[in-house]
Amino acid sequence: MKIIAICGAGIGSSAILKVNAERVLSRLGIEADVMAADIASVQTAAADAQVILTSAEFVEAIGKTFADVVVINNYFDANELMIKLEESLG
Amino acid sequence: MSLPELNADSIVIGAVVEDWRAAVREAGAALTRSGSTLPAYAEEMVRMIDEHGPYVVIAPGLALAHARPGPEVIKTGLAIVTLDTPVNFGHPHNDPVSVVLGLAVASAEEHLASVADLANVFNDDRAIPALANAKTVEEVQRIMGVPS
Repeated sequence: MKIIAICGAGIGSSAILKVNAERVLSRLGIEADVMAADIASVQTAAADAQVILTSAEFVEAIGKTFADVVVINNYFDANELMIKLEESLG
Repeated sequence: MSLPELNADSIVIGAVVEDWRAAVREAGAALTRSGSTLPAYAEEMVRMIDEHGPYVVIAPGLALAHARPGPEVIKTGLAIVTLDTPVNFGHPHNDPVSVVLGLAVASAEEHLASVADLANVFNDDRAIPALANAKTVEEVQRIMGVPS
């Protein structure tokens, strides 16, 4: 399974999201590759992804995708990530 | 794995700013003082927010300002600015912001370790209010878990 974390530059907030998503997924016992990418490369990066994690600002720019777009409000809240990932993957 | 050095040059306590742009520029100035970036990096960080919106406000009260690796970055660095009066970035959930982190990375590959350490600090939900209330550079360093 592939999960993409998207932000403007692909280095700051998306990297935080990647690190915390990996922690939550391992707690849930779910194996997945989580990659950080910038919004400009979302179409290629997310072509074979099941889930896109991002913030509300990027939903429109992500546009059409087969992946489930999951909006995270607090990037440091493991509970929010856990609930939303479980919902999306479950 | 460790955070970039945080010293008196890269920490600003109780900055008085008019709006989010000024807050981000404070973080840019601190990155420049500490030798991490050229002055132009501050405007790159502002431009990212102008272009993509206030997504850098990644948790209640906290903005992680950053731009791409580029010629404005001399070496990877982190700056912390706490605000005297919180400012709004226009985020639907996480305004107002009282702590601005400025992040500059020299290359996209090398920064993940630092980011993991940032996550370690801020996964404790007491960290943001503690930083917002910190009165000294040493207090900020203690919260961030870096040597003073």
